Amino acid sequence: MSRARVVLALDDDVSTDQIYPGRYMATVLPTETPQFAFADQTDFNALLRSGGVPAGSVVVAGKNFGCGSSREQAVSALKGHELVIVAKSFARIFLQNAINLGLKLVEVPDLVAAEGDDLAIGLTELTNLTSGRRFAVRPLPAARQAIMEAGGLIPYTRKRLVGRGAAV
Amino acid sequence: MGMTVVQKVLARATGRRMVGIGDVVEPAVDLAMSHENAALVINQFLEVYRGTGLEPKPWDPSKIAIIFDHRVPAESPKTATNQKKVREFVAAQGITKFHDIRGDVGGICHQVLPENGYVRPGHVVVGTDSHTTSHGALGAFAFGIGATEMASVWALGYAMNVEVPGTIKIEVTGSLPDFVSPKDLILQLVGKLGAGGAAFHVLEFHGEAIRAMPTSGRLTLCNMSVEAGATSGIVPADEETLRYLREEAGVTDDVEMMVPEPDAPYERVVQLDASRLEPQVACPHTVDNVRPVTSVAGTRVHQVVIGSCTNGRLDDIAIAARILKGKKVASGTRMIVFPASGRIYRQAVAAGYVSDLMQAGAVVMNAGCGPCLGVHQGALGDGEVALSTTNRNFKGRMGNPASEVYLCSPAVAAASAVTGVITDPRNGGAA
Repeated sequence: MSRARVVLALDDDVSTDQIYPGRYMATVLPTETPQFAFADQTDFNALLRSGGVPAGSVVVAGKNFGCGSSREQAVSALKGHELVIVAKSFARIFLQNAINLGLKLVEVPDLVAAEGDDLAIGLTELTNLTSGRRFAVRPLPAARQAIMEAGGLIPYTRKRLVGRGAAV
Repeated sequence: MGMTVVQKVLARATGRRMVGIGDVVEPAVDLAMSHENAALVINQFLEVYRGTGLEPKPWDPSKIAIIFDHRVPAESPKTATNQKKVREFVAAQGITKFHDIRGDVGGICHQVLPENGYVRPGHVVVGTDSHTTSHGALGAFAFGIGATEMASVWALGYAMNVEVPGTIKIEVTGSLPDFVSPKDLILQLVGKLGAGGAAFHVLEFHGEAIRAMPTSGRLTLCNMSVEAGATSGIVPADEETLRYLREEAGVTDDVEMMVPEPDAPYERVVQLDASRLEPQVACPHTVDNVRPVTSVAGTRVHQVVIGSCTNGRLDDIAIAARILKGKKVASGTRMIVFPASGRIYRQAVAAGYVSDLMQAGAVVMNAGCGPCLGVHQGALGDGEVALSTTNRNFKGRMGNPASEVYLCSPAVAAASAVTGVITDPRNGGAA
């Protein structure tokens, strides 16, 4: 169970252009992408860059978070600020990228939460401590959990590769 | 119970007799495509090998395709340096399906792949680009992945943890009226399904309007399937697929047609009548905010863009030239055209389209993604409105969050360029 405050509340269909605008796509290093997280939401971007958002803070959103482009920078930029994303649902490529890079996502189909709310996030249930309401957490598919447990896709693939090398 | 096309593709790619919807599989990849973001894939690929003592070698360089299109020619030293790094990797690894910034073989990845015959029916195609869905137009299962996942594919030759998606059947009856195109069809469908309406599903296209549609139009449909959240779009291979591969892509070897079984399980069926379709426009700032052109006609337009992986093909440029020939782009409106590949550009020159467009006042740029993703070649001023044949209109998509982007077909774009306001092309150019 972790406790965290909602620092940004967004609607349905947040695109990866909104999370990480295309004009910064030539920047690829995970050490450099976080400066452009939500770059067009200038106040929130400034807050992130000033270090005013504690690690583990939550961005909440509606359905289909991360739709659009497959750009992985959208994930590395959020991960760099150690944000947790709680949404009603996630777009496929964004979800996969988040799992591959180890960005923490929580899928809560019936979520109701606003900026400033405090959340208690458990494995099966999320409690909005501000409103007192409780919501079911939808678990990730087992195959994806295996990647998370391995620490991301790179170590997961490395293990396969080394295993295969040994078999040859 | 039979199998959908995608089930059949995945069954073959995993060496199984059948796969069920929801099964988690590891399909062998036939083609692994990247563009400039290969720079990030290379970083992650080298990271996979770090500490293993193994030499970083892709599983099969002949199955990797890299096409520069997003920022061509390079708009900044940073991009140029990334492109240089990719060129060095390509040379060192012997990657032959590499398309550099060139007028002979260059272009947008989603045109270069089909026109070179790299994609076949039944293939598993992955690409580090969400519009990789385009290649379903040739009967392949093609979907977008991230750079780290591509690094994994380069190392292993298969995609890990692919859930066999359910399929929504799209049945399109009738035939498209004059000045109504596949773009209008997919815009209407995205509007109907919603931005996440087909999430984690495949759209499989059927019906007489699809059978009569050339591969160029099918590429438009599959390209924008992702705008409804779909994992992919797919048109089962048919005579047109074979014609395209033989006549346009120069394929001479055997092509295996892969079609759905008659009792394939569709989660639902969506029926559309092409003959009743009107030109459609997606309004700011979401792709599913779709209305008939008549309801937004008269909206002032500052920049018209024709091109991209959605609508930069020869028939798209042809209809624009037909509408603009002998006319002028309205004063106060700029028109920019981006052919989808060098080959299409040369065909458009030979057919006289480029001359017609330029004499009307359009600027014809090099083949590439152009201003679609907001990097260069057509930024918008504060408060300006673009009308574009591209595929996304998210706030800030063309680089300026204080601007607006409307999406439409090439015919609507061209008719609107003449009047300077959004115009129904069926009105003979009257706003």
